[in-house]
Amino acid sequence: MEHRSLLEWRESLRRREISARELVEYYLERIRRLDPKIKAYLTVCEEEARRQAQEADRRLSAGEDLPLLGVPLAIKDNICTRGVRTTCASRILENFVPPYDATVIERLKAAGAILLGKTNLDEFAMGSSTENSAFFPTRNPWDTERVPGGSSGGSAAAVAADLCAGALGSDTGGSIRQPASFCGVVGFKPTYGRVSRYGLVAFASSLDQIGPLTRTVADTALLLQVIGGPDERDTTSWPEPQPDYLAELEKPLSPLRLGIPKEAFGEGLSSEVRRVLEEALREAEKLGHEIREVSLPHLEYALPAYYIIAPAEASSNLARYDGVKYGFRAQGRDLIDMYKKTRSRGFGAEVKRRIMLGTYALSAGYYEAFYRKASQVRTLIIRDFEEAFRQADLILMPASPTPAFRLGEKTDDPLKMYLSDIYTIPVNMAGLPGLSLPVGFTENRLPVNLQIIGPQLADALVLAFGRALEAALALDLKPPLE
Amino acid sequence: MEFEAVIGLEVHTQLLTESKIFCGCSARFGAEPNHHACPVCTGMPGSLPVLNRRVVDFALRLALAVGARINPVCVFARKHYFYPDLPKNYQISQYEAPLAEGGAIEIEVDGKRKKIGLVRIHMEEDAGKLVHDEARPVSYVDFNRTGVPLLEIVSQPDIRSPEEAVAYLKKLRTIVRYLGICDGNMEEGSLRCDANVSVRPKGSEEFGVKVELKNMNSFRHVERALRYEIKRQIGLLLEGKPVVQETRLFDEATGTTHSMRGKEEAHDYRYFPDPDLVPVRIDEAWIERVRAELPELPDVKRERFMREYGLPAYDAEILTASRPLAEFFEECVKLFPQPKKVSNWLMTEVLRELNREGKEIDETGLKPEHVAELLKLVDEGVISITAAKKIFPEVYATGADPRKLVEERGLRQESDEAALEAVCREVLSENPAEVEKYKAGKKGVIGFFVGQVMRKTRGKANPKLVNQILTRLLEE
Ligand SMILES: [Zn+2]
Repeated sequence: MEHRSLLEWRESLRRREISARELVEYYLERIRRLDPKIKAYLTVCEEEARRQAQEADRRLSAGEDLPLLGVPLAIKDNICTRGVRTTCASRILENFVPPYDATVIERLKAAGAILLGKTNLDEFAMGSSTENSAFFPTRNPWDTERVPGGSSGGSAAAVAADLCAGALGSDTGGSIRQPASFCGVVGFKPTYGRVSRYGLVAFASSLDQIGPLTRTVADTALLLQVIGGPDERDTTSWPEPQPDYLAELEKPLSPLRLGIPKEAFGEGLSSEVRRVLEEALREAEKLGHEIREVSLPHLEYALPAYYIIAPAEASSNLARYDGVKYGFRAQGRDLIDMYKKTRSRGFGAEVKRRIMLGTYALSAGYYEAFYRKASQVRTLIIRDFEEAFRQADLILMPASPTPAFRLGEKTDDPLKMYLSDIYTIPVNMAGLPGLSLPVGFTENRLPVNLQIIGPQLADALVLAFGRALEAALALDLKPPLE
Repeated sequence: MEFEAVIGLEVHTQLLTESKIFCGCSARFGAEPNHHACPVCTGMPGSLPVLNRRVVDFALRLALAVGARINPVCVFARKHYFYPDLPKNYQISQYEAPLAEGGAIEIEVDGKRKKIGLVRIHMEEDAGKLVHDEARPVSYVDFNRTGVPLLEIVSQPDIRSPEEAVAYLKKLRTIVRYLGICDGNMEEGSLRCDANVSVRPKGSEEFGVKVELKNMNSFRHVERALRYEIKRQIGLLLEGKPVVQETRLFDEATGTTHSMRGKEEAHDYRYFPDPDLVPVRIDEAWIERVRAELPELPDVKRERFMREYGLPAYDAEILTASRPLAEFFEECVKLFPQPKKVSNWLMTEVLRELNREGKEIDETGLKPEHVAELLKLVDEGVISITAAKKIFPEVYATGADPRKLVEERGLRQESDEAALEAVCREVLSENPAEVEKYKAGKKGVIGFFVGQVMRKTRGKANPKLVNQILTRLLEE
């Protein structure tokens, strides 16, 4: 019964082989037993999940057919859930209870999904290990001495440890794809604008995107189907309707040209990761696809440009946490003193570091040299991808330069930590869809994912290829937890 | 040495759209605090702005009316500063690529017409309001005003005197009212004005050090503040002291200005394009749709009134200063086609009542039919002009039908020639000495006789007819 996919659970629920109530109890029992080791959840909605399960069972008995009726999901704690506290793993929002649901939550609820709980993350999604959570770090189910990656580490670990049927994360520079790789689960960052950001607590608005973390590519397709599509509350969302992703997965896949950027397989990539990825590429070739070299000449500038644009937007987005309207407030002598104390105590070190970086980059006299330059670099990266997609249908890259590292290994060196996202950041900069797919293990049996990148709005093609490779590899992705 | 002032104005106008600029909340005033507020208004985590395209329509009306260049793509930017009435601690405004650039507003001061150039027109959101309870002491934030749409209109430093500044503001107010995009009420803050002022030796091409003036809530304040500030700056220069670049507040109690913050404390707003809002593309079709909705503008209307109705420039200027008044005039003329008589009546009797109440004509019960009817009654000789003036305040106040009022009050003037001739003969026979004077050539005494007849008829006699009868009798 363990580690079944979301689609399998859905079939069991439909056939009344299991009730939604039983399924929720199955997960609540696992969370009680295993989460003290993993610490994936910040909030478990026990009572509310049971209540929703009862309602789902009533509807299932009535023969209602909804895409996710009775399926328990975990949600990254930077996505607003009405009546359920949404902390962003920050002291400053420790007691914040949103009065509204994010668009994705509304859509999940309308599809019959059950909210099991809210998962841990790096504070305000800033980090690559979930160690920047103000509350506690999450641990990797494959090796609890190691990090689950970040910032969606809680969601990735919850899926890997089978503490939920599927999860949502958010990805600004790799925050879904890198933890998916560390935890050996499927993680997908859709095309920018494919999923509404309304209700996602903003980190860097031009880069943020919500996406699924699941055990299979088909599960990801199903979740994307439900949460994606146009939303008039987010003007950056694409007005085009979505294809039927699951139907697209069923179609036979014609041979593809798979582009391998030479810049992404050079220095900085761990040899173990390289070995696993090369094996996966050979597997892809066996499926009849063509591997060819492409070039992304400005790839090396993506990281520095990202660390100007993302903090700049963050410094602006996080200005609202001032103790006036909601969240944590420190007592101060006067208004300015209250502002200073609230923000000094409410934010953690990494968040403050990025607010300062971003404030500096936007300051008079520095804007041209930093923010504008970085925006120009971004345009060059977009062009690089456009050019590469003339040579290739999809681009394949590492999802992370290394497998999961140990807790504390990089906390003292932010630059080393930032390098974790070197292969994922360019994809956010260009707004492209990127799938992080488990393709193998290191000798220590740590999972390694491949990143599959498509042109804008080619989400369905990315998923279809991912599904084909997933089937060919047929990996056993159950961590040695018990 | 003679000095001249160099003034540029920054005006904020609150737009009369139904809903706010970035959410669906009502933009209307007068609700209980925080009753017109949603997660977008209060800057809740995760909330996103969505542009109300009606705001762009309104902004385009002004841009077209003043002949500004409309940018085909305009961009919203975030302007950062911390203040409790600003929930996100940034204001969504425009910086690079505003809605429109250039254009001009024509003003008239001392009979001289002059164009004041515009730098830019851009859209932005209003902030909330702080409410202080000094007794406790606690401050509250009311978010009803947060997100109410504003247009900022920045003038070139083309203004040279407080009078020109006021003329510019009044003209701008007239235009936004004509366009129906703003009610132009300075006291209530729907039209706000900041000024940049410097002085320089007359004839100089260089600019002096400029001071920003704030907190002027009426035309009168603007005039007083500028007058004071110009005098202060000239005084400093004459004493050989420098003018300091700073922001100063006008104090209406003392009529002076005092420093609020210096250049060093000036905010660094850290503008950057708002990533939550896609750039606004304004194509020709959009512009043409708005252009088709534009009303005739005051300057064009003024010219037409002079040409079409033969009105003097003075009359045309006053009548077209308010769109409802100009429309009222034209309705009256349709019913009573003697434009100058209508104009005279509106500029004296009607404006007196309007000014007394501080109202626009469309805010009263007065109808063009009333004024036309009254003028017709005078023209037909049914009532005297004096009687018309006497009953007008009542017509204005109650909307009563003038003809009925004339009958009820017995104001109809005597036009029965036989009856009037009898009275005239009586008056002449009672005043033989005056008759002699007339016959001796002093034709002016006829006025005396008319007066006597009017007295005997208690003002009801038709003076024109009385004049005719008396002349006939005296010339016999
Ligand atoms: Zn609102």
